[in-house]
Amino acid sequence: MSYIAKPRITHPGLAKNALGLTSRDYEGAVSTLCAGCGHDSVTAAIIQAVFELDIEPHMLAKMSGIGCSSKTPAYFVSQSHGFNSVHGRMPSVTTGANAANRDLLYIGVSGDGDSLSIGVGQFVHAIRRNLNMCYVIENNGVYGLTKGQFSASADIGSMPKKGMPNQQEPIDPVSTALSLGATYIARSFSGDKEQLVPLLKGALLHSGFSLVDIISPCVTFNDHEGSTKSYAHTREHYNHVVDVDYIHPSEEIKASYEEGEAMPIHLHGGDSIILRKVDDSYDPTSRASAFKYLRERFNAGEITTGLLYANETRDEMHELMGNVDAPLSSLPLDELNPGKEELAKLQNRYR
Amino acid sequence: MKPTDTANPEYFHKVVDCQWGCPAHTDVPAYIRMIAQGQFSDAYMENRKSNVFPGILGRVCDRPCEPACRRGRVEDKPVAICRLKRVAADHRDDIRDRLPRPPAKNNGKRVALIGAGCASLTVANDLRPLGYDVTIFEALETTGGLMRTNIPQFRLPPKVLDEEIGYILDMGVDLKLNHPIESLKDLLDENYDAVFVGTGAPRGKNLEIPGRYDSDRIHIGIDWLESVAFEHVDSIGERVLIIGVGNTAMDCCRTSLRLGAIDVKVMARKPRGFFKASAWELEDAEEENVEILVNHSPKEFVIKKGKLVGMTFELMEYTIDENGRIDRGTVTGEKTIPCDDVVLAIGQDNAFPWIERDIGIEFDQWECPVVDETTMMCGRDGVFFGGDSAFGPKNIIWAVEHGHQAAISIHKYCQGEDIEDRLPMGLNLESQKMGMHEWSFSNDYDPASRRLMPHVDLKQRFKKLDIEVELGFTVEQTIEEVERCLNCDVQTVFTESLCIECDACVDICPVDCLTITMNGDEDDLRTRLSAPAENTEQALYVSGELPHTARVMVKDEDLCVHCSLCAERCPTGAWDMQKSTILVPYALDEAQIDPPKTATGGSSA
Repeated sequence: MSYIAKPRITHPGLAKNALGLTSRDYEGAVSTLCAGCGHDSVTAAIIQAVFELDIEPHMLAKMSGIGCSSKTPAYFVSQSHGFNSVHGRMPSVTTGANAANRDLLYIGVSGDGDSLSIGVGQFVHAIRRNLNMCYVIENNGVYGLTKGQFSASADIGSMPKKGMPNQQEPIDPVSTALSLGATYIARSFSGDKEQLVPLLKGALLHSGFSLVDIISPCVTFNDHEGSTKSYAHTREHYNHVVDVDYIHPSEEIKASYEEGEAMPIHLHGGDSIILRKVDDSYDPTSRASAFKYLRERFNAGEITTGLLYANETRDEMHELMGNVDAPLSSLPLDELNPGKEELAKLQNRYR
Repeated sequence: MKPTDTANPEYFHKVVDCQWGCPAHTDVPAYIRMIAQGQFSDAYMENRKSNVFPGILGRVCDRPCEPACRRGRVEDKPVAICRLKRVAADHRDDIRDRLPRPPAKNNGKRVALIGAGCASLTVANDLRPLGYDVTIFEALETTGGLMRTNIPQFRLPPKVLDEEIGYILDMGVDLKLNHPIESLKDLLDENYDAVFVGTGAPRGKNLEIPGRYDSDRIHIGIDWLESVAFEHVDSIGERVLIIGVGNTAMDCCRTSLRLGAIDVKVMARKPRGFFKASAWELEDAEEENVEILVNHSPKEFVIKKGKLVGMTFELMEYTIDENGRIDRGTVTGEKTIPCDDVVLAIGQDNAFPWIERDIGIEFDQWECPVVDETTMMCGRDGVFFGGDSAFGPKNIIWAVEHGHQAAISIHKYCQGEDIEDRLPMGLNLESQKMGMHEWSFSNDYDPASRRLMPHVDLKQRFKKLDIEVELGFTVEQTIEEVERCLNCDVQTVFTESLCIECDACVDICPVDCLTITMNGDEDDLRTRLSAPAENTEQALYVSGELPHTARVMVKDEDLCVHCSLCAERCPTGAWDMQKSTILVPYALDEAQIDPPKTATGGSSA
């Protein structure tokens, strides 16, 4: 960590968004992670995405569990809501928060340990419910906070800094989410903000559960030769299949995208994203073919990135359950608490 | 773009805007850090190495460093560099044992210096320690030239002049006062090995309009100031008009107030923004309730019964185009302003009535000698010029630099060496890393605003001519002001082979000056950076291809606050903070170059 805070001085030509804020206004505390940690780049990408989306800081809720990844919400949008919960329990706490106030934008930041080991049960059920949130996994293949043991996403044969190679099958969050019916599934790399920022913007605006699995190298414990989650390995085996452009509702979708190559997806709020296929053979609307492609490429040692699956037609949790539209806190007390008599009536129905 | 050649000393020199802006290349950030640590004598000596007169310049320098200061671009006001220089001078201990020493024995070469101003004194300072027998010829009864005769004592006390000039004369310089040179030819006949002309631009411009010679109450500014300095004049009328709005005009109006004037008006032909005076000199004059009247063009002096009673001006109107250029103006009316005295401060010219035109020295159409800008030698071998006498009126710090360069040339000339074959500037880079996140300098950005110079009370200061108005910074002010320096000499140095492209530096930079991107030509790159890079006077620092992706690291030098966060957040040490020392060669270095031909950075101290 640094001894000084990032100076408040800014470049006078810094861009402002529709709210009159600069990207600096979306920053948080100075990172205490290791210098060069991929997570800090993810933080910068989140700042860029929420800045560009003109999100009002008080309409954002940042959720996390435990781990290096889960520290990062402290480093962006310090004027938003936040909840740093128990290890692996971020999805449940977010479910509760979202149930109570569906107006907020929920971003959960988790890691491969928090989501794929201790919290894997929570993770899969949040997907099953199609909880309306952006779920970021900062995936580095190791438990950095406890000095670099392999996590559940470590690849077979991947070498630790010291000791024996990993022998156990990795859990791939993308394939897991595909099999569970998640409706926006992306993978990216902390070192590629050009790809990552639009993916995050789409994920934040998507209605339902959006997963962004981000290879985010652990510069201290997993950035060596023999690691499959290092900066160098990720860049060498990078397979970029679908790019995304975010289109603001005020912009017209340009006709210059050639048919077959580009596919517009209309999001709920009126925004759109354009998918640009880099690999023609990839179909990001078919779970079956996406699954097949991902397995093949994984077996070939490639890291497939981009918007890998998108489906805007499925209802999110509130719609599935027919919940009230307004946040619970905005309801008058008599509506929220109909009283003893109504409770007794309800109970009588089950006698 | 090609990778930036940081081995060329010019690159990092230019990043240190103040040092680049200073004609004498004073290492400003280095001496400011010394002041911050209370090492006033060291700071003084660091200054003296390049600018020779820190106490004088700490009061009256034209300070080209300040408009250049990066702080002025990041915020609005530059670091008060000149004021801090004075802090070093005011608080230094006795530094006489650290000064250049007179030689054990002379080298047998005789050099004549004409004029005892800053240019000649600098030549003496550089040559005397090498064993040259140096003689200064001065027409007046005292040293200092225009520094003493034209800068009033309330801005530059004689004590300061005497002390710093004394350091040089005490090395055994032969000073001949009251010794005007009437003929250069005669002097050349005395067989000096070299002659240096440092006689300034001693002729104040005149204003040939009706009535000019009908009164003895119309004065030429610099001559009048000289008469005041020598106490030949000790009063002036109550109502004074100063014609012109340059720095001499500011000195004239403020001097008038101290000699009995009550109503002083500075008459400017053009509007504000086109004044020649430095902003701070204007401020100081206006603080003393001097009125500045714009758009008044002198027409004639009004003389009644042989007495000056006023002056008539044409009232002007100007058009300023979108490039900020002003037209010649149109006359819209006339106005007569009553007055008792008029002081003309509309510029100075060179004057060389004492230089024969048939001795091989060429003069241009403005009666300036034709002088080589590097060697300071004129058409006649062995005759050198410096200061205002070389290229017309400039300022003290330019005169000092001319003196340094002339001293190098004179040394090489006297030793039979090629005066064109000069030592190049050198560059040293030293890492300032002290620990994981510790630097040898105060790297945090301090948002303090520029401190204001405390002045003697307005009622007190007019009592005597020699009450110095500026009091100098207090300890508290000094502590605040030194922290405003951005330490631009502690360079961000990048080693591309170490970079893993993690983006940590790009993300942490508070002023968004870093970008990792595909290479392109400069115009293209400037449009693709993290923040707009519109100041094309400031360089882009471009790396070679990065190992992973063949992209390049680009740094826009313009607004970097040298906070070191890029280097702190770099996991591999690809960024480092390194102090750049520009090694400026002096005559002493030229004399010591046998055999390795590199500068030592002026070890003349």
